[in-house]
Amino acid sequence: MGTLGVILRLFRSAAKIQRKRMTMTVMAITWGTISIVLLLSFGEGLRRSMTTGWAGLGSGICIIWPGETSKPYAGFPPGREIRLVAEDVDLVVAAIDEIDAATGEMRGRPQLSVGRVSVNKQVIGVHTAYGELRNHQAAPGGRFINELDMRLKRRVIFLGDELATTLFGEAEPVGQSVLVNQTPFLVIGVMAKKKQMGMYGGPDADHAVVPLTTFQAIYGRRFLSNLVYRSTTPEQMVAATRRFHEVLGAKYKFDATDERAMYEWDTVKTQQIGRNIMIGVELFLGIIGGLTLLIGGVGVANIMYAVVRHRTREIAIQMAIGARRAFVMGALVVEATALTFVGGGIGIGVGVGLVELLAFIQSKVDNEAMQFLGQPTFSLPVALITVLLLGALGLAAGFFPARRAVAVHPAQVLRYE
Amino acid sequence: MFADIFERRKNGTTGSGNGALIELTGIRKVYDMGTVQVEALRGVDLTVRPGEFASVVGPSGSGKSTLMNIVGCLDTPSGGSYRLKDEEVGGFSLDRLAEVRNRRIGFVFQNFNLLAQLTAFENVELPLLFAGMATRQRRERTERVLADVGLADRMKHKPTELSGGQMQRVAIARALACQPDLLLADEPTGNLDSTSGRDILHVFEELWEAGHTLLVITHDPAIAQRAPRTVTMQDGLIVGDERRAA
Repeated sequence: MGTLGVILRLFRSAAKIQRKRMTMTVMAITWGTISIVLLLSFGEGLRRSMTTGWAGLGSGICIIWPGETSKPYAGFPPGREIRLVAEDVDLVVAAIDEIDAATGEMRGRPQLSVGRVSVNKQVIGVHTAYGELRNHQAAPGGRFINELDMRLKRRVIFLGDELATTLFGEAEPVGQSVLVNQTPFLVIGVMAKKKQMGMYGGPDADHAVVPLTTFQAIYGRRFLSNLVYRSTTPEQMVAATRRFHEVLGAKYKFDATDERAMYEWDTVKTQQIGRNIMIGVELFLGIIGGLTLLIGGVGVANIMYAVVRHRTREIAIQMAIGARRAFVMGALVVEATALTFVGGGIGIGVGVGLVELLAFIQSKVDNEAMQFLGQPTFSLPVALITVLLLGALGLAAGFFPARRAVAVHPAQVLRYE
Repeated sequence: MFADIFERRKNGTTGSGNGALIELTGIRKVYDMGTVQVEALRGVDLTVRPGEFASVVGPSGSGKSTLMNIVGCLDTPSGGSYRLKDEEVGGFSLDRLAEVRNRRIGFVFQNFNLLAQLTAFENVELPLLFAGMATRQRRERTERVLADVGLADRMKHKPTELSGGQMQRVAIARALACQPDLLLADEPTGNLDSTSGRDILHVFEELWEAGHTLLVITHDPAIAQRAPRTVTMQDGLIVGDERRAA
């Protein structure tokens, strides 16, 4: 008989004296664990879905719209329109260290026809950097607009995936012709399907893009609808935007602090807000799960109180023959923790099973809302949080009853029969 | 039969100072029963020297058990001073008190207070386990102590499978396992038939002869007569303290 054997024998009686109550408690812990695993996994799935959704717009970019000055500057009155031209794209990339790449956008809404199908859709004239900045990747078998297209003002067109389906149905669009206002354009690529959350002027899947030079040559446009740039790192976005205003303010003679001269959408800032909201959502889900688990923990503590009451005499005897408080308390805490982890282990098992099942079902369902929710994901942080919560709960559920158990002098208990 | 194992020194070679093992001065104990306060001990002075065998007698409610619990560090006094081998026990922490109960004082109860789920062997082994003794040494010691109280063939039995006398002998073995300075017993024969009672008395006598210090509460005139010193209590005070030549 080893030391451990004796200790186990002394303290194993919880199971015996409280069998029914213990089963219920383990079930409560299991249920709490399932709740927290599911909720946290949903949060994790939603967060991942949001992240990829944001990536659809492009990472770490700022989008500029032309505006109107609101402050007088260098002798000019306020109310002057500030409009950007294609050359400004090269200017900001060359002049501002914090800007890594940029593209102009010129938007039109011509008629697109293939055979008997005719639709009016947005067609955007862009620089080559657009593909990278706006996460406009070509699906296999196609390519994005390149420098040669730009230089030769080629009549080539890159289609959004939904637009491609509208025009060509199931047929392969790459290599085919699309009539843009009755001018034939060669399809060079189709956008790879992507999840897109942030957008301006409609979803990318329903657009087509052409070289900016071609767009200008055909429509004779001079001014950009938008200008999009990316800072070298997301942290440098604020500096990049300040420099952007300074450089263009110098060129067009407006006050660099004039917020109305140009409007901007800093997606770094927006995404940070989005991330903070997600942290809030996950925290909320975690707290709900945690509270559910807490109810199970109260059950464990309750059992341990009953065990302590039941064993008052045994504990007093042990203390009378010299057991230190730590010994008695340690054993009770270990017992409560063991109970918690039995329930928790079952809960994690069932929870992960459910998460996998839901993820499987979701991957089979073609529903946009479901797609957006994302697949619930049981990740390492979820596992860690669950186990830590369970451990803390077990310790607390054992500690308080144990503290009561050792609070009496042995004589007070042993005096009475 | 204990002499070879418990090498006790009969005359005050343990401790320093005045050589007393226990020195109680003005011990008071008040029980707070809600509205009423019961004064169980009202200033008790008592000195016990190493190697003494004293019986404590007195009517029910005279404070014998309360005194015993305080001496055994199972309870703390409301006032007064308790010195154990010249150390003031009053200032001890709870864990220090546990250590005193574990190593320096053995306590034998009227109702044995054995742990029902453990065997006789494990019951005796438990205080050694608390003391942190190594496994092999612990087993040897447990077997020896049990053999000494005549239970070598009952080691694997649970308390419910033993007679009252046997249970009390297990309890005595448990009290002696850590070789304490002092053995306390509160009505050790109170729950036993007369034969078993005589049996236990015999064990106590042998222990005393082997050099142990014993303090025994009793109603049993047989024990009171055999003890060379008899302390009489009444109403929370010591009213008599007689010594006879052994």
